[in-house]
Amino acid sequence: MLNHILIRLVRAFLTLMLVMTFAFLVLRLSGDPAIILLGPDAPQDAINAFRERWGLNDPLWKQYLAYIAQVLTLDFGVSMRDQVPALELVISRIPATLAITVPALILKIAIGIPAGVYAALHRQSIADRGVITLSIFGFTVPSFVLGLILVLIFAVSLGWLPSGGQDSWKHAILPIATLSVGGIGIMARFSRSAMIEVLGQPYIRTAMAKGLSWRDVVWKHALPNAAVPIVTLLGFMVGSLIAGAAVVESIFSWPGVGRLIVTSVANRDLAVVQSLLLVIACSMIVANFLVDLGYGLLDPRLRARRAAH
Amino acid sequence: MSVLLRASGLCQRYTTGKKLFGKPSTVTAVDGIDLEIHAGEIVGVVGESGSGKSTLARMLLGIETPAAGEVEWQGGPMPNPATPEWRALRRDMQLIFQDPLAALDRRMTVANQIAEPLEIHKMLPRDQISGRVAELMEKVGLRPDQADRYPLELSGGQRQRVVIARALAMSPKFLVCDEPVSALDVSIQAQVVNLLYDLQQEEDLTMVFISHDLKVVRNLCDRVVVMYLGRIVEEGPADEIFAKPLHPYTQALVSSVPQAGTGMKGRIVLQGEPPNPAARPSGCAFHPRCRFADAACKSQVPPLMRDNGRLAACLKLRTLPFQDEKQLTHA
Amino acid sequence: MTVAALSAEVPARRGLLSRARQKMPMLIWLCALWLLAMVLVAIFADLLRPYPITKMDLSARMAEPGTPGHWLGTDDLGRDVLSRLMQSIRVSLVIAFGATILSAVVGTGLGFLAAQFRGWVENAVMALADFQAALPFLIMSLAVLAFFGTSMLLLVCLMGFYGWERYARIARGLAISASAQGYAGAVVQLGAKPSRVYLRHILPNVASTLIVSMTLTFPEIILMESGLSFLGLGVQPPQTSLGNMVGFGREYLTRAPWIMLAPSVVIVLTTLSISLLGDWLRDRLDPTIR
Repeated sequence: MLNHILIRLVRAFLTLMLVMTFAFLVLRLSGDPAIILLGPDAPQDAINAFRERWGLNDPLWKQYLAYIAQVLTLDFGVSMRDQVPALELVISRIPATLAITVPALILKIAIGIPAGVYAALHRQSIADRGVITLSIFGFTVPSFVLGLILVLIFAVSLGWLPSGGQDSWKHAILPIATLSVGGIGIMARFSRSAMIEVLGQPYIRTAMAKGLSWRDVVWKHALPNAAVPIVTLLGFMVGSLIAGAAVVESIFSWPGVGRLIVTSVANRDLAVVQSLLLVIACSMIVANFLVDLGYGLLDPRLRARRAAH
Repeated sequence: MSVLLRASGLCQRYTTGKKLFGKPSTVTAVDGIDLEIHAGEIVGVVGESGSGKSTLARMLLGIETPAAGEVEWQGGPMPNPATPEWRALRRDMQLIFQDPLAALDRRMTVANQIAEPLEIHKMLPRDQISGRVAELMEKVGLRPDQADRYPLELSGGQRQRVVIARALAMSPKFLVCDEPVSALDVSIQAQVVNLLYDLQQEEDLTMVFISHDLKVVRNLCDRVVVMYLGRIVEEGPADEIFAKPLHPYTQALVSSVPQAGTGMKGRIVLQGEPPNPAARPSGCAFHPRCRFADAACKSQVPPLMRDNGRLAACLKLRTLPFQDEKQLTHA
Repeated sequence: MTVAALSAEVPARRGLLSRARQKMPMLIWLCALWLLAMVLVAIFADLLRPYPITKMDLSARMAEPGTPGHWLGTDDLGRDVLSRLMQSIRVSLVIAFGATILSAVVGTGLGFLAAQFRGWVENAVMALADFQAALPFLIMSLAVLAFFGTSMLLLVCLMGFYGWERYARIARGLAISASAQGYAGAVVQLGAKPSRVYLRHILPNVASTLIVSMTLTFPEIILMESGLSFLGLGVQPPQTSLGNMVGFGREYLTRAPWIMLAPSVVIVLTTLSISLLGDWLRDRLDPTIR
């Protein structure tokens, strides 16, 4: 188990290094950072001073090391637009994003998994068909279309909910709904197929043959085994939530990380984009690491190995 | 008889269970094998699973590079795998696989697969290929109408005939058969073995026949090599080995071949666990299962020794109770 | 090999079309028809559209759908929504098609390379695949666009990186299992060069799996491109794409919802059709992947 965790840690670290290298390379490939950051009309003196200041005349490997050192001290530079440290700006936006993504994730789990399990246990029923339809809906309706349609219905036509801003809990309802509806369907569909696969296994037939009640078969044998693939999907869900936040926050003018990405990309505020990239990569890596740990806890083979030590 | 292929000091090790921290463990699959194959003979290689038979076969063909030792083909060194010289040499040496279905491309017709070596080595002009394929199919006993079939539409025995026809397309000199019949129904096995024997006679092939089935080896082979955990424990002419097995392991193997009318009498039942290459016993690797083992066997590795024109690797060779076939089966 | 398994394999080789005729549900027919219509619109957009996409009709601004001459209405500048929609379908489908091919070729190629050379090549490819999985693709695209600015070529190349790691994993796994004990190893042993082994044997054997993955990637790329264009970071005006139209239509959500609804309906129906058709194909061609 310790070995398992160590390998995961090393891999997580390698991935993070790759993300940093990616940011560095893309920044260097896209042109002279001095001109990008100062603008094409900047005086030559200013450009020279900038190059000197940021070591842009050094060989590339030296610049790379300097960049890594900078990142490791959490110095991501200053936002061009707002003139505040980029990382501070990013961190100040995180709570708003968590306020809609965490409820959305909880909804996906709390509704999606039970609905999928129920559908698997009652195949061909109305609920089963509903789950399949909703999941196809989740795969094919993009969040920006769904968001706008929800606005059209609940804000424009019915006038029940506000269409944008962050003034009260009511403002959060439509963003959370947009983020979670498709995901609930996908989660349900996946739980359903994981459960159906487990129910077809020989050990379920064995459990039933030895006279366990259906309830015990489902709770003690089927669910724990179906949990492993479902937990794996959760890792992917975190990534799609962050990407979804970029779109949803833009639609609803929700002042979170996602909207910050879009505006800073549009303004080419590179320092902010870079810090966002690393913060998002970190959160993804942490999420995947937690999923891996959860996987280790759930997988009986890994559990047995740990108990043996 | 001239020496077609000579192996000297062949060793092969595999690394398993590689961990991030801690030493990877190595398994020695083949441990120092010397072997000469003469032109025109059929050499049988027998042993339990895990004895290194298949690894030896792959090294003899140059598919795997040995960790130590070398293989000489017609006096020259074996080229490295996947080099142009190595590919050219495939015209002379071919392998028959254990599982014919796995060895065939399911999306290609039988005729196209048999034609493939001819295309690869550009041995015939395009317009003569189909004639040669038909000739090969007839030779291995396939009907002409099966040319357009796919492997999944054939029976196991027919598939193995396709594999054999494909291997023979280039008229190789040397053929290694790695358990060619063990995946087939018992009723089919004899047909395929007879086919191989006939082809060997007709085409003047040199053959290495790997099997754990002693009945087949006894009927087919001129010479037999017995392997145990990566080493040769006994080697000699097939008749003599089956008539007078010298090594205790060979004795146990020979006694396990059922004989009509004798029941289970005289069978030597091997004790202990089957050999595991990852946990090789010290000294003579066979000692934990040997009836005659003593302290010396646990510490000394017996060399392959010549005795009365026979080769065997056992410390007790001179002192063993002599057992001939009759004693083994009727004692 | 039982008789049942044998007979199940045999029809797999008969023509796809003849089997399609045998049993193709109504819904699948509708999906196929819709996709055919979309492809035809994409090819003949120039001939079909009633107006040039930038032609403004200031006397008929924000005309409602059903107005004679502007069957899907006009936008805030009086441009014909139907004409713009046709051009958008062309642009979005061309990008998605190009990108799907690109990612399938790149991914399969890298997967085969990993399988052929193993060792550090394989480790490098798998590390890249991990990296791809570590960042949501939309975020990575946004970062690249931030650094390089937006251009059509860059957009296609960028979308071409979507999902390559899936092809790479599939291709690598199937190639390794084919080489280890299987038919590919046997062909190598006959003296074939790697090019022959991969092109004549492994590729045809993995093609159905790869095609099914393409039906999964294609709608996702359409959604990804529309998402980027919706955010104003994909296809740039005066060119137009489906997402781009939705993005502009969003400004007039209350007064002229048809500007945004028309492209939305096309996006949803197209991705829905491909997904359903893909599911149906998958059940028939390759039951092994989800």
